[in-house]
Amino acid sequence: MYKYDQYDQTIVDTRVEEFREQVARRLAGELSEDQFKPLRLMNGLYLQLHAYMLRVAIPYGTLDGRQMRMLAHIARTYDKGYGHFTTRQNIQYNWIELKDTPDILAELATVEMHAIQTSGNCIRNISSDQFAGAAADEVTDPRPWAELLRQWSTFHPEFSYLPRKFKICVIAADEDRAAMRLHDIGIQLTTNAAGEIGAAIYVGGGMGRTPMIAPLIKDFVPIDDLLSYVEACLRVYNRYGRRDNIYKARIKILIHEIGADEYRRQVEEEWAHVKTLGLDPPRAEFDRIAAMFAPPAFDAATPDTLDRSDPDFALWVDQNVKPHKQPGYAIATISLKPVGGIPGDATAEQIELMADLAERYSFDELRVTHAQNIVLPHVRKADLHALWQALDAAGLATPNLDLISDIIACPGLDYCSLANARSIPLAQKIATRFSSIERQRDLGELKLKISGCINACGHHHAGHIGILGVDRKGTENYQLLLGGSGAEDASLGKITGPGFDEDGIVDAIERTVETYRAVRTHGERFLDTYRRVGIEPFKEAIYG
Amino acid sequence: MDDLLRYRDDAPHEEPAVTLDAFLGQTNATAVRLESDEDARALLPHLDRLSLIEVSFPAFRDGRGYSSARILREAGYAGELRAQGDVLVDQIALMRRCGFDSFVPDKPLDPAAVERALGRYDAVYQKAADGRTPVWALRHG
Repeated sequence: MYKYDQYDQTIVDTRVEEFREQVARRLAGELSEDQFKPLRLMNGLYLQLHAYMLRVAIPYGTLDGRQMRMLAHIARTYDKGYGHFTTRQNIQYNWIELKDTPDILAELATVEMHAIQTSGNCIRNISSDQFAGAAADEVTDPRPWAELLRQWSTFHPEFSYLPRKFKICVIAADEDRAAMRLHDIGIQLTTNAAGEIGAAIYVGGGMGRTPMIAPLIKDFVPIDDLLSYVEACLRVYNRYGRRDNIYKARIKILIHEIGADEYRRQVEEEWAHVKTLGLDPPRAEFDRIAAMFAPPAFDAATPDTLDRSDPDFALWVDQNVKPHKQPGYAIATISLKPVGGIPGDATAEQIELMADLAERYSFDELRVTHAQNIVLPHVRKADLHALWQALDAAGLATPNLDLISDIIACPGLDYCSLANARSIPLAQKIATRFSSIERQRDLGELKLKISGCINACGHHHAGHIGILGVDRKGTENYQLLLGGSGAEDASLGKITGPGFDEDGIVDAIERTVETYRAVRTHGERFLDTYRRVGIEPFKEAIYG
Repeated sequence: MDDLLRYRDDAPHEEPAVTLDAFLGQTNATAVRLESDEDARALLPHLDRLSLIEVSFPAFRDGRGYSSARILREAGYAGELRAQGDVLVDQIALMRRCGFDSFVPDKPLDPAAVERALGRYDAVYQKAADGRTPVWALRHG
């Protein structure tokens, strides 16, 4: 894991003091809310329906037990005893008081954490593959690249007032576990013919009200040129991205309007200039960062076998445990989606327990996933049963990873001032309807994603089944979308037809999955069936 | 010009800035005003005769001027580079990094607050137009 040096620590500490002054000016009445807004929005502080919400950055979703324990402490001391893990691999607290925020940030800084650029029209937290450093299919660990980008993007003088927010994702495997092509810039690390590692750059993806899958802009950028290339990508956007309409200001609209070829030409022209400026750090800096992501001291002698005699344990292993590149080890996902729970929420006690378990069983490492779950990336197979028992006792062993109840949901109208409809109660209702784990497993991989408004924070465009909450003449109405994917086979869901009320949408989902069961061929996932037969049989079942 | 903040040793430029169109159409102007949607690169062939370039910030959210400033400095422009408009105290440090060396904010700024903002961060992560040494260079001497 990355460790701050004196420079990183000083920058974060300075930010705390700067924000403390800004909050003091606001509390003293020297700043109006209008004047304070752009300042708090550079630091992850939103004013929601009922209170302030503070979003804390978890760079590329990686953290250690000490940091996780601090997140629990903040939940208990400054919030209502829980936190909400987000689709950007961050955590947010929904019941924060403004006067406490400087102290919260000061506490976070003691464990090398911050809330810098978790909101605002700037470069946001860099996201990555939650299995980085553990997956067998990666060409390298993407996190050193993500850390290099984190530092470069922190207080970037030219790109702090972009047309709109800007999200970057770095992965290093063909299997896309991080929705890379639905980012403003998606980076896939790859190797060239000479066997050197470089980056394929996709630009202009995103969800929101105009979803787009990012086109490939550059097939190979060497590590030594990465920052200058990304700088060129951003400069073209900062100069020519639309600023007349907030809904058309993301880079995807620029690229859609001028075309990927023209955007590529402009970036190449800019890059030819930018790369002469000496903006790229020396290779030694990349090596310094990469050394901190060296693999942990795996035990080569630990057995590669597993005692599956406990059926409940075996069920959890089958669903939530994935293969590790190191023999004798496994990747365990802790589901934050218990039936009837709030997707992504965890109590302070649960967060502390996960910190303990990471220290005991996973080389002191945890990951947050964009699907709002937690990963212990390096668990000895011999420890899996003990881990499972500890999780089970805390309500954290729901064996539903990637099943219909592993729902991504935005906070919705329960918290968010932008929402048109509630997301959380609907997620709870769906999970309850499909609570039988046998039925869920029979339905197989099924990614269900709910957004409470058109801004798509719940990734509904990328759901195998997506739900969009809208306001129809003053009542909540839910539209159903089918066929989306945020994975390497990225696609955007299609709306089936007229929307439903809260009970109607749950019935419509039931008819959808029963149609799938009726027409699927052996081993075919819901998404595969949908792609083979198209939307018509589903529409017929839902509306016919 | 009471509200001019200036970080240069030479005498302030007296000639009023003309629009980009006017500047490109005549040969003797030495000061030009660039609107946020105008291309700074149009000035590159003429930098040697310019003493003042004023870049407009119609709203603090409009960040195009940051790119304009860097483009001008990267091309070697050494004259006065002024940010005019909705310029706030919390933006001055970023603007200095992009190469601005004078400011005419719509609303006057508290000089003490400006000084604090400019002196706040000892270290920066990026190489920009202000010549500050980025952290990565300090780390590797």
